[in-house]
Amino acid sequence: MSARAKPFSVTALPGFTTVALAVFFLLYLPIATLVVYSFNDSLSIAVWGGFSLRWYEAAWQNAAVQEAAVRSLVVASCAALIATTVATMAALGTTRRGRFRGQTLIYVAINQPLMVPEIVTAVALLIFFAAIKVATGYQGLGYLILAHSAFCIPFAYLPIRARLEGMDLTLETAAADLYATPWQTFRRVTLPLMAPGIAAGAMLAFVISLDDVIITEFVKSAGQDTLPTYMLGQLRRAITPEVNAISTVLLAVTVLLLTAFFLLTRKRG
Amino acid sequence: MGGAEAARSRERARTGWLLSAPALVLLLVAASGPLLIVLVYSFLAPGQYGNVVWQFSLDGWFQVFLQRDIFDGTVGPADAHLTIFWRSVKLSILTTLITFALGLPTAWFIATRPPDRRAMWLFLITIPFWTNLLIRTFAIMEVIRNEGLLNNLLIGLGIIGQPVQIVFTETAVLIGMAYVYLPLMVLPLFAAIDRFDFRMIEAGYDLYASRWQVLRRVILPIIRPGIVAGSILVFVPSLGAYVTPRVLGGGKQMMIGNFIELQFGQGRNWPLGAALSMLLLAIVMVALLVYVRATTREERDG
Amino acid sequence: MVKVFGSGDHALRALDDVSLTIETGEFFTLLGPSGCGKTTLLRCIAGFETPTAGAILLSGRDFTAEPPNRRPVNTVFQSYALFPHLTVAQNIGFGLEMLGRPRAEVAATVERMLALVKLEAFAGRRPQQLSGGQQQRVALARALAPAPQVLLLDEPLSALDLKLRKEMQGELKRLQHETGITFVFVTHDQEEALTMSDRIGVMSEGRLLQIGAPREIYNHPVNRFVADFIGETNFLRGRVAQDGLYLATGERVGAAPPSGARIGEATLAVRPEQVRLEGPGDPGSLSARVTQTVYFGTDTHCHLHLADGTEIIARLQSPPSGDVGLAPGAEVGVRFAEGALQVLGD
Repeated sequence: MSARAKPFSVTALPGFTTVALAVFFLLYLPIATLVVYSFNDSLSIAVWGGFSLRWYEAAWQNAAVQEAAVRSLVVASCAALIATTVATMAALGTTRRGRFRGQTLIYVAINQPLMVPEIVTAVALLIFFAAIKVATGYQGLGYLILAHSAFCIPFAYLPIRARLEGMDLTLETAAADLYATPWQTFRRVTLPLMAPGIAAGAMLAFVISLDDVIITEFVKSAGQDTLPTYMLGQLRRAITPEVNAISTVLLAVTVLLLTAFFLLTRKRG
Repeated sequence: MGGAEAARSRERARTGWLLSAPALVLLLVAASGPLLIVLVYSFLAPGQYGNVVWQFSLDGWFQVFLQRDIFDGTVGPADAHLTIFWRSVKLSILTTLITFALGLPTAWFIATRPPDRRAMWLFLITIPFWTNLLIRTFAIMEVIRNEGLLNNLLIGLGIIGQPVQIVFTETAVLIGMAYVYLPLMVLPLFAAIDRFDFRMIEAGYDLYASRWQVLRRVILPIIRPGIVAGSILVFVPSLGAYVTPRVLGGGKQMMIGNFIELQFGQGRNWPLGAALSMLLLAIVMVALLVYVRATTREERDG
Repeated sequence: MVKVFGSGDHALRALDDVSLTIETGEFFTLLGPSGCGKTTLLRCIAGFETPTAGAILLSGRDFTAEPPNRRPVNTVFQSYALFPHLTVAQNIGFGLEMLGRPRAEVAATVERMLALVKLEAFAGRRPQQLSGGQQQRVALARALAPAPQVLLLDEPLSALDLKLRKEMQGELKRLQHETGITFVFVTHDQEEALTMSDRIGVMSEGRLLQIGAPREIYNHPVNRFVADFIGETNFLRGRVAQDGLYLATGERVGAAPPSGARIGEATLAVRPEQVRLEGPGDPGSLSARVTQTVYFGTDTHCHLHLADGTEIIARLQSPPSGDVGLAPGAEVGVRFAEGALQVLGD
């Protein structure tokens, strides 16, 4: 009998686990700090003055914050709706029916916002929309919604496409075999089956729009702050705990939507 | 027979393009199309109060790298601009290296968890990935600013007497970018390691390789596509970073993104801004091309 | 040696008190159904699993605590695990390079190995550009290159088609003969085990049931599992008495086994090819009725119903006409070849 050997682990690499756990700690430490400070009663951010919701109250009663929040929600909802609709159509057109001429081109075009640095798109839209604003005199939210819809398309498109590619074509053949018209097949078979993908795509589009800073900053007309650009503007002064409170709320919304997305995509099939 | 197939193929293409048309039009109007306008603007003369004068000029491109001395009219390199480019490239490369050094063990750790817990660890990486970049930048600021967590902790422990000035330095921008872009490195690395056949490692050990040799000679070459993908995914947004250097650099540690904005704001030199944007776009396209070639070659070989 | 995966109620005894000595230069096969522990045993020898209790000795030296990269043992993996980023030659030279051998020696050995597996023309190719059989040979060459004391082969032929598998079986025997290295071969294919091995160890549920030469295992299985797993067998309920073997129905079917088998109730086994058919009512034969005949080409299986209800199969060589001339329902006499009846343990 030999002394018991330490089991040899093929996947173990020296120091990797330590570094990984440190990374997870460092990844969440700043976020945790931000959240904790948002409940700090003290005005000075350096001192802990006890638990308080006063910054949430302050943010809630701040008219500028209220407006920005409503604007964020309106823009994100419209953008998510538009992006998801056109992305669903595009996904139906580019998957499962065999390859066709120009398919790669469509694919590249749809993913283009992922490849171009956001600052470049922002500058381009600034120039383009500035010209239109002068020409038409229209200053409304339409520009923001249009810009957001466009850069949200790839985020809506990818999960829908993934869902469609995982779907069994024979189901639709079966529906057709059972006397369904093409429209009935789409309405009663295809659409319900791809629904989780569409929901996931809409959620991602919503989160991406809600989070956008750069393009919004360049496209918005005067007085059209969304929550992120409002927060960026506040930074010219010192960070106030109020910004922490808004951040925490946005963070919570993101985490909730992501959890929903996670559950939706996991329960496929 | 062939004619029927060709007809079906034409029909497929027609349906495909028709269904994609709304998305393509939207993207053309509010994403791709305006890029062409930027290209045009880079060849125009600046207007006095911003915007452009419709008159052909190469000044925008000229000013990217060169400057004319106001007094004697001699042409020399635009030192201030070159400093900003150099900083952008340097910080982007360093960010890529740091995120790789930290991301590889993290991705490895996640990929080697038991399957039932792997999704949970992956989700923990995904949350910061989707969290607002601005919020994450604020969060890291809470840690490194003068009255922040780190300085308070160090002072509390008696290691330092005075807060260390980190924010508004290059280091702050670097820390911030490494923090916000780390998930972009971890996710593709994880995808590559997840596909990795762990019997390759067994074969390596079976053939007398040490742990270090297995890492260097077996693991890293095989997960190379993931390393390339992660590096590009971090390098490209780092180079175009705007929010992080603005918040953590405090306007002093400008990167290309901030410099471009400046031309459309106080600088009032739209053609220069447009030329800079096109330059940035070109660098990014080259990086993406390298990426595509690297990964498709990998696919062809294996 | 014992290997337990997990603990508590979920613990799985993958290896249950396995003790085994393999001779130098031997072709030893571990045979058993999937999940029997044969691969776990192999992985313990290679060093990828650590036994829960027990030790692994190689030429008298205890290697239990050594990691796999310090054991003079190489493995041919089931999926080959060839490095996709290295050429064939680089794959073969990998082990020697890791051992820090001089460049010239590595090159010379690679050259020799390529010749040994007849892949000289493929030295610069990548593994994924080779066929399954060629990959198999690269895996062999790679594992043989460092001249290990023991070569472990984990079902290396299972991914090949039948014809290639037959070819590689001969190739493996040749390589083992030429190199003189001890081969430990894992398979669930009994025919593969019988044709290639010097000795076979039959495993089931983590236990080593029987070790012996192929003929011994086939002709004298120790229990029902071994008899059933290797080849086809008819089982008969019977009795061992001083003067001979009897069926449960009382007919005497054979002389008593020489070595003192336990007297009393027992399971008797007989291979289908040892069942002889005679005319009905021949003296000393059992009466049976044909229920079905199945044509297999070289031979024909004849399913028989004995008087007590037992179903047995007789394997008859197919006549030139292909028809053995036994219709279902035909009455026949059955006799077992002399010494063909085995008395099984539990």
